[in-house]
Amino acid sequence: MSTTPSKKAPPPSTEHARDFLTITIANQLFGIPVLQVQDVLGSQKVTKIPLAPPEIAGALNLRGRIVTALDVRQKLGLEPRAKGEKNMSVVVEFHNELFSLVIDKVGDVLSLRSEDYESNPATLDRLWREVSLGIYRLENRLLIVLDIPKLLSATNS
Amino acid sequence: MDDLMAEFLTETSENLGELDLGMVNLEQNPNDKNLLSQIFRVIHTIKGTCGFIGLSRLESVAHKAEDVLGLFRDGALEVTPEYVTLIFESLDRIKFIVSELETNGKEPEGDDTELIAKLAAILANAGADQGYTAEASAILDEMDTIVDQEMAEICTETNTGTEDTEDDIALEASEAPAPEQTKTKPNDNQAQNEATKESAVANQSLRVSVDVLENLMTMVSELVLTRNQLLQILRTQGENEFTTPLQRLNHVVSDLQEGVMKTRMQPVGNAWSKLPRIIRDINIELGKKIELEMRGQDTELDRQVLELIKDPLTHMVRNSADHGIETPAERKAAGKPETGKIYLNSFHEGGHIIIEIRDDGKGLSLERIKQKALANGLATAEELARLNQQQIQQFIFRAGFSTAEKVTSVSGRGVGMDVVRTNIEKIGGSIELKSTEGKGTSVSIKIPLTLAIVSALIVESAGEKFAIPQLTVKELVMTSSDGESRIETIKGTPVFRLRDHLLPLVSLQKLLKISLGDQEIETSAEGKSREIEEARYANKYIVVTQVGAYTFGVIVDKVFDTEEIVIKPVANILRNIEIFSGNTILGDGTVIMILDPMGIAKCSGEINLADSRETDEESSTQKRVAEKISLLLFSAGSNAPKAVPLELVSRLEEIRTTEIEKANGKYVVQYRGKLMPLIPFDASMDIMGQEKKPVLVFSDHHNAMGLIVDKIIDITEQHIDIQIKGIEETLMGSAIIEGKATDVINVGHFLHSVDPHWFKDHGDEPFTPNGRANGDGQAKRVLLVEDSPFFRNMLTPLLQMAGYEVTATENPLEALKLHEAGYNFDVIISDIEMPEMSGFEFAENVKTRENWQDVPMVALSSHATPQDIHRGMEAGFTKYIAKFDRDTLLNTISETIAERYGDAI
Repeated sequence: MSTTPSKKAPPPSTEHARDFLTITIANQLFGIPVLQVQDVLGSQKVTKIPLAPPEIAGALNLRGRIVTALDVRQKLGLEPRAKGEKNMSVVVEFHNELFSLVIDKVGDVLSLRSEDYESNPATLDRLWREVSLGIYRLENRLLIVLDIPKLLSATNS
Repeated sequence: MDDLMAEFLTETSENLGELDLGMVNLEQNPNDKNLLSQIFRVIHTIKGTCGFIGLSRLESVAHKAEDVLGLFRDGALEVTPEYVTLIFESLDRIKFIVSELETNGKEPEGDDTELIAKLAAILANAGADQGYTAEASAILDEMDTIVDQEMAEICTETNTGTEDTEDDIALEASEAPAPEQTKTKPNDNQAQNEATKESAVANQSLRVSVDVLENLMTMVSELVLTRNQLLQILRTQGENEFTTPLQRLNHVVSDLQEGVMKTRMQPVGNAWSKLPRIIRDINIELGKKIELEMRGQDTELDRQVLELIKDPLTHMVRNSADHGIETPAERKAAGKPETGKIYLNSFHEGGHIIIEIRDDGKGLSLERIKQKALANGLATAEELARLNQQQIQQFIFRAGFSTAEKVTSVSGRGVGMDVVRTNIEKIGGSIELKSTEGKGTSVSIKIPLTLAIVSALIVESAGEKFAIPQLTVKELVMTSSDGESRIETIKGTPVFRLRDHLLPLVSLQKLLKISLGDQEIETSAEGKSREIEEARYANKYIVVTQVGAYTFGVIVDKVFDTEEIVIKPVANILRNIEIFSGNTILGDGTVIMILDPMGIAKCSGEINLADSRETDEESSTQKRVAEKISLLLFSAGSNAPKAVPLELVSRLEEIRTTEIEKANGKYVVQYRGKLMPLIPFDASMDIMGQEKKPVLVFSDHHNAMGLIVDKIIDITEQHIDIQIKGIEETLMGSAIIEGKATDVINVGHFLHSVDPHWFKDHGDEPFTPNGRANGDGQAKRVLLVEDSPFFRNMLTPLLQMAGYEVTATENPLEALKLHEAGYNFDVIISDIEMPEMSGFEFAENVKTRENWQDVPMVALSSHATPQDIHRGMEAGFTKYIAKFDRDTLLNTISETIAERYGDAI
């Protein structure tokens, strides 16, 4: 989990397949390396944090630990979720802090082969390119690998 | 044995224990570099530390051993069994000395020349290999002679306290050329002999890494929170089978929490350990003679707090030594002893720890502070002229302010008291400074014991809850749309009249830019009339908050309970939001943000804490000149408003007239399970006319009575000057209050009319008139010196009713005349602020007079600051109490008298 993949290079893996937890945000499929995932949560009661950056959805209590919730939609420059639409969260750890990534839906864990991997297309949206580690070609759709440290540290700046 | 030594011993014993294993391994792997450097490090540490605490014998052994090990480590010398033996021998010697240190607290007598010589020989050999022949041979020669002498000595001298070692040395010496296998045997024996003695100190304590403790603390905090959650659930559910086990859990968790907190506690002496050295250096560098006296080193506080105050403390002691204490010549000229003293003292008080730093140096020079303040543009000459001594001294807490004439290597680099104050305030502490020019300076720091768990007030704004640390909250005010408790606005800025002051207000909702979906955030003052704007602030709460000396109000929508919370740091992303000091999980499991009052003060506008402090002090001095008391204004009977000192009123009640009954010809009401007599203020009052009547309740611990009035008008803080003495018994007199002629009522009369024994027959309750029960049945004589007729008139009957014989005088001079006339008293109660002669002067005078010098004196003052109290004690007062506190006054008097006559009364 502590291995931070180096940028642009293919996901560092000695084996041929890697496991990803798939998530959906605004109908786009993303993948998070499964070892980085601590928890998957349903809709949570979140305490809003005034004056925080807009992508910070708030803070929540996960078994006695305070977790900062990050709205990934906001972060990726997407439309906010429609009112009443359900959300889910994926909890990841970064620099000893827990973050809950608020996303639309969590899917299966997929084992993906490195043959299907491609680096980011040069024309990809700049914002997305920064937080993407590359793309896997699935049978009928594309999966973007989220660079969690980037996603979270970009927030810090 | 001091702490430093104990720590050294613990550490050394542990390290040596590790080395035993290491050395055995070394024999098997003579070239294990890691092992070698580990051993080297341990020996090196021992050498360094014992040099520091002055253990010369240990140091010399360790030093030589280190040199040899250094050669091993650098590869300059090959590790042979012989050498290892020698190192063993050195280690054993070190162990021996350490164990002796542990039992006797000092190094044993004895000589290590022989061992050192052997080590030196190795060094010399190694040197020879590298070509330092001349030096080496010289050392070798020397060694030979030393060895010879040593052998001779050993043979003759066997009857000393160091028998063990000497024997050991003899054995070693005789078997020196033998292979190390046989060699280690005697060493083992010795080690066993010593094993029983070993580490008596080391076994008493355990070194635990701070991380482990921190982790434990975090977990306990979680446990506390979970417990709170459970208790909260229990409260809503009522009694059930979980009640008892949960209560047990509650206790166990509390004990556990306390226990874990203790593990984090460290004696404050740890933060002081460097100070003697600093003072010594200053003595040498600046040619001063300073003695540092430390008291209360054992006072414990949280290590986190300790870390934070270490630097400020060091800084202040340095300041005292460098700027405070004069050179011996200067001191002599000033008629002081050549050696200056710095006292450091610490003790617990309430939930706080107080640290005092006092010196008998030259004190702060007001002139220099003034010059500096002028030069730095902090104040104008006119402003300075208006400030009092204390206010001028406050300048040293300003940024970049240093009065040192020259920058020494010790201090005066401009990082000054402002940093000290900021650091201390950061951890919720406060700092107070007293200085008398020529006599010295005293600084007292008050800091909380721990930062881990604090009590917080939970408030709500725009539907969101926040926590405010209880420590900073002074009071809560509920606002309404009109009348006194109305928030007014000045160009959109809300302000509130809090008693005599205009309280700046901050709307939490605006500050945090939060809104309830439908409610629009206030945009501009334009287009909105002031009325609408002010109406928006109705029915809110003002949390009156104090940061340093700056007081301001935070407007919130709702106020809930207080809760014990554990402050957790916010995520890094949020660190730059100054308004929050952390976050926490409440009993119900929700996350809540903790507001930082200092952050709010900063965000809400440019404030200069130092400035507001000064104005505060100024106003308090003004107050002192004109004594003000809180008065409750009401109307009853005739037209003129009536006033009664608020302190005398216990409660205000509204009583339904239908509940008023008549018993024994008097009005009574059932009040809190008892019958309370009611008295109409005026017999002509129509009591049954209205549905409800306001009642002023006067009570002490047993009795209560109600005074029925017509209407409560207001509470005001006033200086009262009774201009017309009361003709009726019910009135004390009349005064101008709020621009109207107002009758000040004589509460004593009403109390008396209900029950002539009002202040008597209380059994052993606080103001038992101990005075009259002095065996001989004589009432105790009290001398009351008070210039204000109001207080004289209020206190005299009060004291009389409590069973004392009271003599009241208008001023100290009159009181002293009584002395001359041969009067005697059991206790003297005196006001402080009096025109002809202050209470302090009076006390000093009394203490010089025959017959009177032993009479206990109680000071009465409306403003009892620590400085005043200190001054009062110096002048000779036994007690110092606030003027309006009736119970304390009576208590104090009876205690004081009891103390004087012993407890036999």
